[in-house]
Amino acid sequence: MKLKRFEEIIGFTILGFSAIIVILILGTIIVNIISYGSNAISWEFISDFPKDGMTKGGILPTIMGTIFVTIITTLFSIPIGVSAAIYLSEYAKEGMLTRIIRAAIRNLAGVPSIVYGLFGVAIFVQGLGFGSSVLSSGLTLGLLTLPWIIATSEEALKTVPHSYREGSLALGATKWQSIRSNVLPYALPGILTGSILGLSRAAGETAPILFTGVVFFVPGLPDSVFDQFMAMPYHLYILSTQHHAIEQVRSLAYGTALVLITLILIMNFTAIFIRFKLRKKFQM
Amino acid sequence: MKLKRFKEKTIHFLFFLAGISAIIILLGIFSMLLFNGIKTFKDVSILNFFFSTVWNPSAYHEPSYGILSMLVSTFMVILGSMVIAVPLGIGTAVYITEVAGTRTQEILKPFIEILAAIPSVVIGFLGIIFVGPLIAGIFNLSNGLNAVNGSILLAVMSLPTIISISEDAIRAVPKEYKEASYALGANRWTTLIRVIIPAAISGIVAAIMLGTGRALGETMTVLMVTGNAPAMPHSFFDSIRTMTATIAIELGEVPYGTTHYYAIFAVGTILFLMSLSVNIIAELVTAKYRTQRT
Repeated sequence: MKLKRFEEIIGFTILGFSAIIVILILGTIIVNIISYGSNAISWEFISDFPKDGMTKGGILPTIMGTIFVTIITTLFSIPIGVSAAIYLSEYAKEGMLTRIIRAAIRNLAGVPSIVYGLFGVAIFVQGLGFGSSVLSSGLTLGLLTLPWIIATSEEALKTVPHSYREGSLALGATKWQSIRSNVLPYALPGILTGSILGLSRAAGETAPILFTGVVFFVPGLPDSVFDQFMAMPYHLYILSTQHHAIEQVRSLAYGTALVLITLILIMNFTAIFIRFKLRKKFQM
Repeated sequence: MKLKRFKEKTIHFLFFLAGISAIIILLGIFSMLLFNGIKTFKDVSILNFFFSTVWNPSAYHEPSYGILSMLVSTFMVILGSMVIAVPLGIGTAVYITEVAGTRTQEILKPFIEILAAIPSVVIGFLGIIFVGPLIAGIFNLSNGLNAVNGSILLAVMSLPTIISISEDAIRAVPKEYKEASYALGANRWTTLIRVIIPAAISGIVAAIMLGTGRALGETMTVLMVTGNAPAMPHSFFDSIRTMTATIAIELGEVPYGTTHYYAIFAVGTILFLMSLSVNIIAELVTAKYRTQRT
């Protein structure tokens, strides 16, 4: 019996250790980036253009580029993604087609990001003639984010009680009217949480934009959606692997990593905060 | 009234279109890859493509398009990453669901989500400046850009997937199983090993498959830290070049419509089919587990 107890203690300790290692991994990443990156951060760094062959100055155009491309991703993926979720949760009947749609969504989520990049090159850059541009990159990232938005939005719609829909239908409202007035408003925080999380991943992606519109340097900010753009993830990639003075720009790379992580963490905390608020509301 | 019905029908139809978009996109990606990729075989024999170890599309006299080295490299880093991530991920998932208190759970969950949100390029960057020198130091190598580094980073990338899906699987085990085991006098550890994990095993297998899929498709981290030598690797300390890295390196410089261009799409097709198979296996395993439950 003593042996059993001993076994239990050892077992639980090992499990605890694996959790600690995972936390340590995250801790190392965050601490390393913050401690080295904060030296590079200044007002000039986030508000100025690069100077002296990208070895000095700021990263403003990469921040703006990332924001710009994420806006296009949002405009593309949210309307289609939420509509698809509404179809699945409110209209679709369980059957062969619905099962295939769900399988397609799950499989799309597993398609490698570089394959989305290939698709973007063949369809948006060449096929539709958008060229290497913010638009092509935004749409490519939009496709990548779509399965995520659909899945999380559907989950949010499913948490709205059936009685909300029935009450409205009983008063003579049409299906769409009930969805609009009695379902969507209640699912909105959940949809928002999922969408922000999905978009935060899109903002940090590099592989899909690699050949669809991002460049290491363009003078000025993009004027239209058909311009090429600079972006933080790609900037970090080049600064850390292909720059002619890699050691010299190391602190710029750290700074870029910190700004990128900060942007993504802000998006994540916003999402976690909305979810927290939402949970409180439902408990009341 | 008629107008209203027409409006409702139109709205229904629009939602339906959005609903089937996922099928259209998936088929679109596949047919685009296949359409471009298949043209490779006008100039390259299928046998050579799969079984030659030499990938040298820009050779002046005799360009060659063998993907075997890339396949081996890809499998190596997947294997390496899973050796690290599977025990660590499942251990953490079990800890979160079965050992930790509610408070610890509430703290750990956002941590895992944040780890999942860290961009691959940032992890790759740390692989260059942190993990690389560490490996070089420990094993006395000239640099740490090799398959070991790639495996470690891919393990980090796939951990959140493995943890969160195993967690769901363990949580889905009915409470009665646990209670019955306790009632028979088993302690928590025995219950965990003999009852809960066996009951959740198909979900855990699905988690491993999806983690494998993540490692298979990851591009930036391996591109940044594995050195990218396009040759057949002999050990984990060799520089390797995966399929994803090859696409990332070469697509930018290849002229449109050449054999090389199509060969890159052929590599993409293989990659797509592999990730699809991994996903389908995960689906089948999960489906089996759902029917067992009901």
